Amino acid sequence: MFIIAGIIPDENSPLIYGQVKLLENFLNIQNYSIPIERGTSALIAAAIKTLEVFQKEYPFIYLVGDIGKGEGSKKLYESLGENIKIHKPKVITFHYILPDVDGCLKVILGLEKLNPKPILIADAGFMYVVKMAGYSTFFDLFTPDLGELAFLADEKAPHPFYTRGFLLENENNIEDLVERAYKYENASKYLLIKGKRDYIVCQGNILKIIDNPLVEELEAIGGTGDTLTGIVSSLIYIGFSLEEACEIGAKVNRLAGALANPTPATQIGEIVNYIPKALKNLLF
Amino acid sequence: MKFFKKGFFKKLRINRKFRDYSKGIIIFENTSLVIKAEKALKSAGYQIKMVAPPPIVRKGCDLAIEVPIIKALSILEFLKMNKINYLDFIPCNKEDLLKPVDIFQIKDFGKYLMVRAANMKLTVDKESLTIVNISGGGCPDVPYLASKLIGLNLTTAPQPKELANTLCGYALQLAYEKIKEILCLS
Repeated sequence: MFIIAGIIPDENSPLIYGQVKLLENFLNIQNYSIPIERGTSALIAAAIKTLEVFQKEYPFIYLVGDIGKGEGSKKLYESLGENIKIHKPKVITFHYILPDVDGCLKVILGLEKLNPKPILIADAGFMYVVKMAGYSTFFDLFTPDLGELAFLADEKAPHPFYTRGFLLENENNIEDLVERAYKYENASKYLLIKGKRDYIVCQGNILKIIDNPLVEELEAIGGTGDTLTGIVSSLIYIGFSLEEACEIGAKVNRLAGALANPTPATQIGEIVNYIPKALKNLLF
Repeated sequence: MKFFKKGFFKKLRINRKFRDYSKGIIIFENTSLVIKAEKALKSAGYQIKMVAPPPIVRKGCDLAIEVPIIKALSILEFLKMNKINYLDFIPCNKEDLLKPVDIFQIKDFGKYLMVRAANMKLTVDKESLTIVNISGGGCPDVPYLASKLIGLNLTTAPQPKELANTLCGYALQLAYEKIKEILCLS
């Protein structure tokens, strides 16, 4: 089973979980219809588009409404901590959530009971809180952007908001930041660093750099990092190695972006629809 | 004499630094309350700063308000009068406190301008001043802020901090202020 957990920006949405479907530009789960916007819904949509190409089953999702007040996130932490062991997942992708160390530790406790241990992927708020909790090395893949890499490299910062200036000023020196993130054990086994150039890193060593096609406008478009994490997560679930999945995922995300012929005002839903075409162009 | 050796004064200086508790921090239940308190205190003319609480009281996505210790009583009274609930006031060594980012990355796309503060990016159309995209971030109010602000005019849209509840939301506020400054709108 492939599980995705995260939030949607609707304060009134309860915790919902189950197999998800994608109809037009809406996710359908139970009786809920959720529009594809930046954030976890974009990640799920990109994951589904990837799985469809390989005719694989759709992911099982945990989604809750939260607009930053933390009430939904609290329910999500508790539910994951209690129920994750029931599913025997192969891959779990954790996404937007309000960082809370106590909540994260409940989930980690649940994950530690799983045998075999699933492949663990974290992005966004869940990546922040895993670092804060000191469990980065327990995870297989983080997908930070450059600002978030500087945060991982800063052993003192509890959130990217507090990343110290000397690290942010140095953010073009990827090698130094990577070395520092691993030195202080604030990186997962693999890193996929998203940016103008995508870096694939394993245990501190840069394995590959993907920079083609280069579409500068994608940096401004909210959700392009989410779609990348969704594509890579699905490829790992399908059976690609982490390194292969990161490389193919980075290329597919860039190509889907290029196919959409975007401007900085393009919205992520337009790019998601090009993922199958980009995947087929690259792989078949 | 041994007392006047360099090492003695160095040690004395370090000890004095260690005891420098001229600042304190006010802790709140959540970031929304911190943002509310900041707005009220700044409007009332108090000199305050946003900081991260020291690790011993940190629980996650935290923001606190640093105040001069000599003003603490009047500030706490002000918050009570304005019904802004705080959890605690803690005297702090200045060295324990981390400051918010103050470095910005600016990218000019021609028709569009993007400003990044920490992990948050805000992009506007330079001619129409429409907010066209919000990206980055990992806290749950980021998709919410995007859904509320994209498509609005920079000059009339609510400030991100009026809707924000987390540090990512507050980082977006910094990007918003910077982009207004660059476009000579502040």
